[in-house]
Amino acid sequence: MATEILMPALSPTMEEGKLSKWLVKEGDSVQSGDVIAEIETDKATMEVEAVDEGTLAKILVEEGTESVKVNTPIAVIAEEGEEVSAEAPSAAPVEAAAPPPEAKPASSPEPAPAAPAVMAAADPEISPDTESSPLTVREALRDAMAEEMRRDGDVFLMGEEVAQYQGAYKVSQGLLDEFGDRRVIDTPITEHGFCGIGVGAALAGLKPIVEFMTWNFAMQAIDHIINSAAKTLYMSGGQMGCPIVFRGANGAAARVAAQHSQCYSAWYAHVPGLKVIAPYTASDAKGLLKAAIRDPNPIVFLENELLYGQSFDVPKDDDWVLPIGKAKVVREGSDVTLVSFSHGMAYTLEAAEVLSGEGIKAEVIDLRTLRPLDMATIIDSVKKTNRIVTVEEAWPVCSIGSEICSSVARDAFDYLDAPPTQVSGADVPMPYAANLEALALPSAGQVADAARAVCYAK
Amino acid sequence: MTASEEHASVHADEDIMNIVETAGSNASVPDFNAEQERHAYREMLLIRRFEEKAGQLYGMGFIGGFCHLYIGQEAVVTGMQMAIKKGDQLITTYRDHGHMLSAGMDPKGVMAELTGRESGYSRGKGGSMHMFSIEANFYGGHGIVGASTPLGSGLAFANKYRGNDNVCLSYFGDGSANQGQVYEAFNMAKLWSLPVIYIIENNKYAMGTSIDRSSSTTDLSQRGASFDIPGEQIDGMDVRAVKAAGDMAVARAREGKGPYILEMLTYRYRGHSMSDPAKYRTKEEVQKMRTEHDPIEQVRARMLDKGIAGEDELKQIDKDVRAIVNEAAEYAQNAPEPAASELYTDILKET
Repeated sequence: MATEILMPALSPTMEEGKLSKWLVKEGDSVQSGDVIAEIETDKATMEVEAVDEGTLAKILVEEGTESVKVNTPIAVIAEEGEEVSAEAPSAAPVEAAAPPPEAKPASSPEPAPAAPAVMAAADPEISPDTESSPLTVREALRDAMAEEMRRDGDVFLMGEEVAQYQGAYKVSQGLLDEFGDRRVIDTPITEHGFCGIGVGAALAGLKPIVEFMTWNFAMQAIDHIINSAAKTLYMSGGQMGCPIVFRGANGAAARVAAQHSQCYSAWYAHVPGLKVIAPYTASDAKGLLKAAIRDPNPIVFLENELLYGQSFDVPKDDDWVLPIGKAKVVREGSDVTLVSFSHGMAYTLEAAEVLSGEGIKAEVIDLRTLRPLDMATIIDSVKKTNRIVTVEEAWPVCSIGSEICSSVARDAFDYLDAPPTQVSGADVPMPYAANLEALALPSAGQVADAARAVCYAK
Repeated sequence: MTASEEHASVHADEDIMNIVETAGSNASVPDFNAEQERHAYREMLLIRRFEEKAGQLYGMGFIGGFCHLYIGQEAVVTGMQMAIKKGDQLITTYRDHGHMLSAGMDPKGVMAELTGRESGYSRGKGGSMHMFSIEANFYGGHGIVGASTPLGSGLAFANKYRGNDNVCLSYFGDGSANQGQVYEAFNMAKLWSLPVIYIIENNKYAMGTSIDRSSSTTDLSQRGASFDIPGEQIDGMDVRAVKAAGDMAVARAREGKGPYILEMLTYRYRGHSMSDPAKYRTKEEVQKMRTEHDPIEQVRARMLDKGIAGEDELKQIDKDVRAIVNEAAEYAQNAPEPAASELYTDILKET
């Protein structure tokens, strides 16, 4: 019986990929374990092995095809002597030897929303004369580092797999080639140690960028981030600064469960002596990372794996530097203020669109910086809308949302027509099962429900 | 004396004695010339008198919080400072007063920081454990046990990155030597051949826990073996032995041969901090170290013996040192506290 080979998911967050090369041709006999094709994801080129034995009867997707969705049939294998028609086979699908694709089960309450390909609103920071081009967040971060490393010889990058491997998430792709191993440094897997070495180098006046593969692993190093980096300027009476950027993927990715899916926004935003940045768009990622590298203070830069591959318009400007500490009103509205940051912006914007269809005009604020928090922009908005919903993927207790809600209750009390409301991740360690994971994360539906509730709309 | 106290007592003294014996009663240690003896004597005496005064001011309530005195360990930092040149950095843990004085920081500024005054090195915001001086290449003063080791390795990394020939002296204690991050730093320092000297000030007690009770192997100089970092035990009570070892390790690092471990066998006469009654060791043990191995007395005896200085000159040095310390104490008690507005300064650098 003929079996289909499906486009495999080759990483927890892969949704599509390029079928870059077939290594077998129609009519070839295939043994299980044979490498049959090469597939390029946004992170790497991977080999695909056959699971079944037989003859490659039909290639359904030609090599060189881009954006092949996970689970699309790419070829058919026939058993010995079996005839396969030229039409699409009715064979039972069988996956290639790759992890099963992470299809959300039917019970999933809210499918992962697709982020907009470009920014939702015209960016007032971008002059209309400035030429822009689409760039992924990954490329924007890489360009920011490369430009700043060209500009300042004291800037260097260190972390796990940043050099020869080209970055665990390919954010540092190409940097080793351009800057060499003096300035792009692979470290052993010792977060506590290399973070301390980075901080020591910063105390000596260099400007390190310390990449944590993800912020989950930075818990091993948090003593140096807080005790050695954040506090030294104060403890030295202003003598000894620590110009350093700690960056990496933060928050939930997809199906990597409790120890690899935590948002550290509130943890670091709690600490005086740090600045904390969490961008959503590629243009903010670039402009703020460049600002962070130039800043003389220790900066925690929270990225998001799910955003790395998403494209946004970014100004073509080698000097695209944005101010740290400024939120951005990305969608104007008069009925309710929705505040979010990082990946939370994706479904906040989606919810705003849904609400708009119901006649509720939501104003959407992207915080971009979490410390210092731009409360002025939030309060101004609340004075106009009289309602606020905060949206984040982190846990709800002592969170960015609870901080904002308490400030709004104190500083804009007389303007409020409804209780400040939080939408957040569930107050549980991140579960693995797809349906439970979806339940643990906020969704556009939840955001829209919360907005309707504070607007007293049905 | 209980059996365990007796054991600890004997062991602590044995360590030093063993080293002294292996070194051929330190006969192989190069002698100091007159100028070096005088310098070492004065430097160590300044630390001793300063620390005694700090202890006194603590008792009077002028110094608060934790205050860790360096009395007994003076030869370590004094000998090492004699082995380095301008531009070399030093960094240590919280038993740091001696390091600061030895690095050339002003005793008045150090004491004023201990009393929490605005004219202290950290404007009164750091205190005993957190002081820094870029001018003196002193990078703290760190309150977290083990933290100064990767930080010191990072300072050495900066030297290598910049292509200068400076080295970093990264000090820590026998307690720190059991922290994981110390070994993470060892690994990378060797891997990247960083110009760093790890100076383990083994004073036998990590707070109240003797090295025998906290460490599965007690020859800390061999703790770099897994990383191929050489090391040796040094009689840390003999300033000449310290300097000789320092000269060798520093020259090695300067030539690009990477990290080295110097385990300084030393002893603190006082408790871990001012609030430590030190019941974990006997008075006899302390007394034996003081009378038989005191670093300052060794120099003093040699100077008299060799006719480098007479009693009068030594008395004069003592008098001068006391004057400096008294002036610092006087200053530190009368200097103004930081203005209330200082609470919110120095948190971030203005941009």
